[in-house]
Amino acid sequence: MNGTAMNGTAVGDDVKRPAMLASVRELSVRFASPQGAVHAVNGVSFDLAAGEVLGLIGESGSGKSVTLRALMRLLPESRTRIDGSIIVGGRNVMSLSRGLLNEYRGGTTAMIFQDPSLALDPVYTIGQQIAEAIRQHLDVSRSEARARALEALEMVRIPSARERLDSYPHEMSGGMRQRAMIALALAMKPRLILADEPTTALDATVQIQVLLLLRELQQQMGTSAIFVTHDLGVAAEICDRIAVMYAGRIVETGTATEVLRSPRHPYTQALMASTIHGSMRGQRIEGLAGSPPDLARLPAGCAFRARCTRAQAGCADAVPELLPHAGHAVACHVAQATQPLRAVPA
Amino acid sequence: MSTTVSPIALPAAAAAVTPGYWSQVLRRLLRDPVSVLCLVVLAAIVCGAVFAPWLAPGDPTVGSVIKRLKPVGTPGHLLGTDELGRDMLTRLLYGGRVSLLMGTVPVALALLIGGALGMVAGFAGGRVNAVIMRATDVLFAFPSVLLAVAIAGALGAGVGNTLLALTIVLIPPILRVAESATTQVRALDFIEAARATGADDFTILRVHVFSNVIGPVFVYATSLLSVAIIMAAGLSFIGLGAKPPTPEWGLMLNTLRNALYSQPLLAALPGVLIFAVSLCFNLLADGLRSAMEVR
Repeated sequence: MNGTAMNGTAVGDDVKRPAMLASVRELSVRFASPQGAVHAVNGVSFDLAAGEVLGLIGESGSGKSVTLRALMRLLPESRTRIDGSIIVGGRNVMSLSRGLLNEYRGGTTAMIFQDPSLALDPVYTIGQQIAEAIRQHLDVSRSEARARALEALEMVRIPSARERLDSYPHEMSGGMRQRAMIALALAMKPRLILADEPTTALDATVQIQVLLLLRELQQQMGTSAIFVTHDLGVAAEICDRIAVMYAGRIVETGTATEVLRSPRHPYTQALMASTIHGSMRGQRIEGLAGSPPDLARLPAGCAFRARCTRAQAGCADAVPELLPHAGHAVACHVAQATQPLRAVPA
Repeated sequence: MSTTVSPIALPAAAAAVTPGYWSQVLRRLLRDPVSVLCLVVLAAIVCGAVFAPWLAPGDPTVGSVIKRLKPVGTPGHLLGTDELGRDMLTRLLYGGRVSLLMGTVPVALALLIGGALGMVAGFAGGRVNAVIMRATDVLFAFPSVLLAVAIAGALGAGVGNTLLALTIVLIPPILRVAESATTQVRALDFIEAARATGADDFTILRVHVFSNVIGPVFVYATSLLSVAIIMAAGLSFIGLGAKPPTPEWGLMLNTLRNALYSQPLLAALPGVLIFAVSLCFNLLADGLRSAMEVR
């Protein structure tokens, strides 16, 4: 039954794109810890259309990876409290039964991990691992699963794919391992790809190859994707829309061009200023002073205000809401006050 | 940055056709002279035990009153005769059957039971882990030899009871190694990655945890073989293992005690075999350990 659902989406989506593939509302994630509850994600909402790529951007500890894992329900259930709703492909992920959850994981939504040398099992060959995952979802014979694994490896353009089926992860280069990881994720033709900093562990030269490959496959298959990254260059390259996260909240969101070209939130502006661009030779790189707030003891009001150069007295009063502002949405009291709301051009 | 995606070519490295992990381990093991020597010695002793009925010159339980305690090299009795006039070579060959069985079977059983319980404890964590590990700690509180003696003593002598006693003694250490190995593996990324492809707990345990844990646990179990051989012989020696007239090295060592002054070489023979087997298992376990560090 799973097989038909997956095949159906791959073909049908181009004709009648369902408005939203994924919809997250007021997602909040709290971890129990000896220091008290850690508020990792605090009321995150976003929508993702079919075929769209969303970039989640932020520092370490901003809640982007946790958001991704919540979408997969990979967070340890005993120590985590998750509120809000996550709808993917019309199904409420939070209330899926064990069996449906295992069908959803890998089948509807697939994940690409940061470090392929850790995310691939060292004692199995690439072919065995992909075939194992395929057999998890489709009732096919071993040889059929192997044939599909080969197809997946060819899809990600691994050279001499047939031989690579029988290679162990440690026999492959980092870039090739990440290609294998992508093949593993895409072998079941998911509707949503979750990529957790998929190029961070790779060489700079390989990074762009893997990114372009991902972008190409995503467009070919009409898959939606959520990219977690702290690299604005990566985000600019691959994302349709961007959501900047800080202290478990989305502080600015909009189309990639809008957000990167005219950032409104002081945090996004600071991030941009601290990034190295090729065109910035000779310029001084502005570091971002301070460190992210303790998620166990979030301050009242705007969480960024301690590091913000434009903070005012009012910033401590209330958590700024994410409001439409000059073409995209910003959660900042100062930005909202200084630049009056303009209607979003239709 | 061009937006058209050219076929991204990686250097087409000649993908080496690699043999499976275990055949690689075997190859490395066979390259180590000490391990090979141990394998040869063990193979000879095991073959002698297995083919005892065809190899042995006499009957292990039939003695002759007039030919008691003949020295090594007596014509017709290559390794002499014991205190009841039974052929020593015959009894040593047959004795290997019981001794090797009593040394290896408990390790295999403990590997099965302790390995499985340890994996479950390590993977499940929480309360399941606490129950299994605290129960193990209770068994661990006793010195292993003392525990074996106590269990064998309570159950009574006999090969079956010795097997049971030794199995119970060997489960806790194997369980602990399996548990700690599983706890380490469980936290690794590829377990989460497997979960993200839709694998259920049982599949993850069976496929990913098992194959990553079995190596260290197996090596540890082989190192226990030498201990188990000595413990089994020890139990027989003090009368809690094999019962006479069963030929068994530990038991033979005991019955030949009185001949230690008259025929020291003869009396030492079973001990030499116990020592040789134990040492070989020990060295082999070491060789296996280094051979398995391929990754």
